Amino acid sequence: MFGSYEWNKKLVIRTVASWALALLVFFPILFMLVTSFKTELQAIAVPSLWVFEPTLENYTEVQDRSDYLHFAWNSIITSVLSTILGLLIAVPAAYSFAFAPTKRSKDIMMWMLSTKMMPAVGALIPIYVICQKLGLLDSVFALTIIFTMINLPIMVWMLYSNFKDIPREILEAARMDGATLWDEFRQVLLPLSMGGIASTGLLCLVLSWNEAFWVLNLTSANAGTLASLVASYSSPEGLFWAKLSAVSVLAIGPIVVFGWFSQKQLVQGLTFGAVK
Amino acid sequence: MKIKQLAMAVAGALTLSAASIASAETELVIATVNNGHMIEMQKLSSKFEEANPDIKLKWVTLEEGTLRQRVTTDIATKGGQFDIMTIGMYEAPIWGKKGWLKPLEFDASYDVEDILPAVRDGLSADGKLYAAPFYGESSMLMYRKDLADAAGIKFEGRPTWDQVAEAAEKMTDKDNGVYGICLRGKPGWGDNMAFLTTMANSYGAQWFDMDWKPQLTSEPWKNAITDYVDMMTKFGPPGSSANSFNEILALYNEGKCGMWIDATIAASFITDPEQSKVADKVAFAQAPQKATDKGANWLWAWSLAVPESSKKSAEAMKFIEWATSKDYIKMMGEEKGWGKVPTGTRASTYANEDFQKAAVFADAEIAAIKSANPNDSTLNESPYVGVQFAAIPEFQAIGTAVGQQMSAALAGKVSVEEALEAAQKAADREMRRAGYYE
Amino acid sequence: MSSPDQESRLTQRLLLTPAVSTLLLWMIVPLVMTIYFSFIRYNLMQPDASGFVGWSNYEFFITNPAFGDAVFNTLLLLGSVVIITVTFGLALALLINDPFPGQGLVRVLLISPFFIMPTVNALLWKHMMMNPIYGVLAQISVFFGTEPINWLQDLPLFSVIIMLSWQWMPFACLIFITSLQSMDKEQLEASSLDGATFWQQFRYLYLPHLARPMSVVIMIEVIFLLSVFAEIFITTSGGPGTASTNLAYLIFAEALLNFDVGAASAGAVFAIILANIVAIFLIRMIGKNLEN
Repeated sequence: MFGSYEWNKKLVIRTVASWALALLVFFPILFMLVTSFKTELQAIAVPSLWVFEPTLENYTEVQDRSDYLHFAWNSIITSVLSTILGLLIAVPAAYSFAFAPTKRSKDIMMWMLSTKMMPAVGALIPIYVICQKLGLLDSVFALTIIFTMINLPIMVWMLYSNFKDIPREILEAARMDGATLWDEFRQVLLPLSMGGIASTGLLCLVLSWNEAFWVLNLTSANAGTLASLVASYSSPEGLFWAKLSAVSVLAIGPIVVFGWFSQKQLVQGLTFGAVK
Repeated sequence: MKIKQLAMAVAGALTLSAASIASAETELVIATVNNGHMIEMQKLSSKFEEANPDIKLKWVTLEEGTLRQRVTTDIATKGGQFDIMTIGMYEAPIWGKKGWLKPLEFDASYDVEDILPAVRDGLSADGKLYAAPFYGESSMLMYRKDLADAAGIKFEGRPTWDQVAEAAEKMTDKDNGVYGICLRGKPGWGDNMAFLTTMANSYGAQWFDMDWKPQLTSEPWKNAITDYVDMMTKFGPPGSSANSFNEILALYNEGKCGMWIDATIAASFITDPEQSKVADKVAFAQAPQKATDKGANWLWAWSLAVPESSKKSAEAMKFIEWATSKDYIKMMGEEKGWGKVPTGTRASTYANEDFQKAAVFADAEIAAIKSANPNDSTLNESPYVGVQFAAIPEFQAIGTAVGQQMSAALAGKVSVEEALEAAQKAADREMRRAGYYE
Repeated sequence: MSSPDQESRLTQRLLLTPAVSTLLLWMIVPLVMTIYFSFIRYNLMQPDASGFVGWSNYEFFITNPAFGDAVFNTLLLLGSVVIITVTFGLALALLINDPFPGQGLVRVLLISPFFIMPTVNALLWKHMMMNPIYGVLAQISVFFGTEPINWLQDLPLFSVIIMLSWQWMPFACLIFITSLQSMDKEQLEASSLDGATFWQQFRYLYLPHLARPMSVVIMIEVIFLLSVFAEIFITTSGGPGTASTNLAYLIFAEALLNFDVGAASAGAVFAIILANIVAIFLIRMIGKNLEN
């Protein structure tokens, strides 16, 4: 893996600095990962232990106590569906803002963002009452809709920013060739903005995955996601850091692995060299 | 084509999750706190399901603060999400009085009289029991026997605060990371104020006088908080203003604290060698007194109640009866060991010889619980019920605001007097808003 | 008869409809209810007492002694986290933009804090990192023979800022990384050949290119940071005193600690007003970056 690089002093410095900073940023997570294999007593030891006999007891305890797959399934369903639904609504809107702006476009975009400005907790009682009246408390459906709504403004904004990077001439050229809106979207816009769409999607996936406030307050026994699993391990009476670490690792595991696999697509989707 | 398949999958997934709700058996949704005893109950509940095949239990386990928010929102909006709620001694009488909870009635075999009277009273309103205690706790002094011996200190029965302050000084050995005394400091009515109210009680203070006027600037409060801040600044661990039960437990189990006054439930953690480095060096005494021993230690019971909105109250009560029965405690003792049974609820538990042998803290705990009386917890007469709280709806707001001021005083950001002035103002504001006086 | 061009314009407008209408519904209904609640007496614990109370909820919320501090802390928190995350996010994105061994892995490591749930983030920092006795930072201090910093007691707001920056820096970084991919490589190479220094390139090539993503990052972060409360609740409960209380925490305390929906709704309305003021300032400052 080192062969293909032309090594010089600059590259060495850059590599070392990047790795050092990345590890520094990642350190708390690494610490959590290590803690998840400790016993509760080892977890609070001073100084922190780095060499110890790892135990899986925290993980077995979590699986013993709660149905991890049930929560994980709910997380996957709500975050994936809300991301897809959100993209279906946001892509056309962002397209319109980016390529057919009017005088009011900026105002509408600003207004969209302002729908997120009300603190969630201020709207809790209204939403709770509405959900209850509609029989939507503790339903995956309601969570999916809410996730879509809270992420929609962000999706529109990110996609807008991304579409703006695409030279209008390319789209116009396609239109000259008689492409319909759909063709234009599929054959020109989509390939060019794949990176942006992917990163928007990933961010919404992560935001939905980690959304805790609405999950905790609107679900009970059925629709809880991994955020409510984490909540059931946070701060009980007694020592809990090792178990919380284990459950957190389980909760973020799928999304980190997903991020790992998708990061190449995320940043390499947009290759301008090809169209110039 | 692809979109169609996707839509099918989506529809399938949604119906799947909807279908699981509609099953033939009665499903009880239980909201509970994620403390150890509840987790054990959840694990053992399969036995209940075996005995009652027509009942299926679904658990919502949450951390204390979140649970309180969740069940309060639900019961007040009549959301009907839960059939059984885990609540404490603060909520039970208030909610019972409002008619939000179903009164509990049990068979004679359940032996309601066996429930400790102070606990039973605290969970009742107008003579009706609204919540059945699952485990109860008081507060007590837990200290390091080895350090006390080395310093030549002996605690007997209920020490005084002066003795505790003296002991704290002698036990402190900062060079070796030992702090004489660890106490709660994180703001919150259930965090630092639970402890500080008992300390203030023992100094002769009270939250409200008989006209419901807040008394926070009174002499006893001033003395109590001054001593608290003084002691913690000199002999307490750094960062105390962010410490509550768990943070101190971690310190204690690491051997960093000489004394700790907190929930009796802590005893089972600090004497457990799997969690604690000092498991064999712990001894217990009653929470300290100063002007009085009234209200010097708190009383709390995590209890199970049935909201009025539940349509399955018969089944819910059946479960509560099972979970809070003598048989449950016996089963727990036989299966997991008598040291791990839920305590603080029934006189029969403390009479059990196996329990007495297994739980070194049993005597201190029952003495503490018996000495707590929510109806008479202050030196001067008070209009409210509750030891470490006042069972009025406004108290959460007041306790939270006052708690913040106390943590500021502990952190040295304001003087004790300024903090109490501000606390008094905050309490007065809430009481005025609620219309207790003009 | 409309021209084909007009027709396509119309289609393009219609594309907006789903987003606008759903958001309108999502916003209007709770907003109207919140405004309604803010004018009635509504405490979850005392549902029997109700009725129109005029402005008294607003008065009650604003005369809270913590109110002034809360507004100040909100803005301070907002400003510092945005500045920290954008600066570091940008620096890191530039650092790892060109290929080097392990680039993909470094990218994932840098982005991963964003995957951590806010509650876990707060517990992780409070207990494992910042505890003055057994936290990692304290151990480092002890190793170097200095007095451990008493993070949550002496620097409560700064501690919260660190936690939030740790979480949001990856977000900024990811957006900048994505955007840097569309930089004109030829132009960069040409400028290098012309002997441009990195700072010149940064000033005249990178910065203009990143202006829009930067604005977007700032906008989005502002929205999220205005309503942060979970991290504060878990770590300091707004204390000591009101040192780390922000507006969202104050509203949270009214709504879910005191269950005073009336006062909380009044607070929410005030928060919306504050947010809009911030937004107007932002638009003035960075709005022009949004255009081409």
